[in-house]
Amino acid sequence: MIDLDDIDRAILRALQQDATVKTAELGRRLGISQPAAWRRVRRLQEAGVIKGRRLDLDREALGFGVTVFLGIKLATHGRVSLADFERAVTAIPEVLTVQHVLGRYDYRLMVVARDLADFERVLRRRIMTLPGAGEVEANVVLSEERRPGPIG
Amino acid sequence: MLDNTDRRLLRHLQADPTQSVADLARASGVAASKAYKRLERMEELGVLKGQRAVIDWHALGYAVEVSLRVSLDKTEPQAFDRFIAAAREVPEVTEIQTFLGRVDVRLTVLARDMPHYQHLYRSRILTLPHITEIEALMHVATIKDVEALPL
Repeated sequence: MIDLDDIDRAILRALQQDATVKTAELGRRLGISQPAAWRRVRRLQEAGVIKGRRLDLDREALGFGVTVFLGIKLATHGRVSLADFERAVTAIPEVLTVQHVLGRYDYRLMVVARDLADFERVLRRRIMTLPGAGEVEANVVLSEERRPGPIG
Repeated sequence: MLDNTDRRLLRHLQADPTQSVADLARASGVAASKAYKRLERMEELGVLKGQRAVIDWHALGYAVEVSLRVSLDKTEPQAFDRFIAAAREVPEVTEIQTFLGRVDVRLTVLARDMPHYQHLYRSRILTLPHITEIEALMHVATIKDVEALPL
């Protein structure tokens, strides 16, 4: 596992805020040279610590007014193929994330829709009809916040 | 406010945020100067709020991810604010969402391993204010994680 020092941690925090910041600017902020900053960023990428970038979009401005988290329990364990369920659920464009979980539900989904009526359409036509889908619980997101996490 | 060109640009940019504006323009079938102007405008409008690096917590030794679904004491008017403020102080909490539904708040919590999780759960999570019920979903595998809007 990769060891991080304080400068690496500061780089990760900065790139979490803005992944487009140039290494010259990073270096200036952290008191190291541009090549040193560049080498550190490359090391973090090569170690897989930075796995990519994500666009931060205003979903509402783009017409996706509703975000819902779904908990799904499969109806009959063993008789339903997890692979079939996963293939079908992954193909739904409104489903942004799918996690296989242990607990009260088997899968956790994040779904976007234009409004509640549109969400109901997605739920009835695409989610309830998934192979093996049993109990479904929906929680509509009111607010969300991402934290920097345990970078230290 | 946004037209089809804007949406096309965002769709291609979502697929690969690291590409240059020139490549993005080519993929979207618009002139580079136009692509540049459109992106700038969408930033000004606040539609495109930025690009964030995604950290792989596994690579940093965090093997355990738990989704905690929390119900709060609704007789306490400050319950949400106080709970969220306290949850922000826990570094291992990476996401906080509030809901309309059976669950009031959801936290994503990272831990190095199960003993570490148990320690966090007892010392930092159960001590958060105004919890009436808490339920854990243990993350087993990520099947899809595109977070790309169907534009």
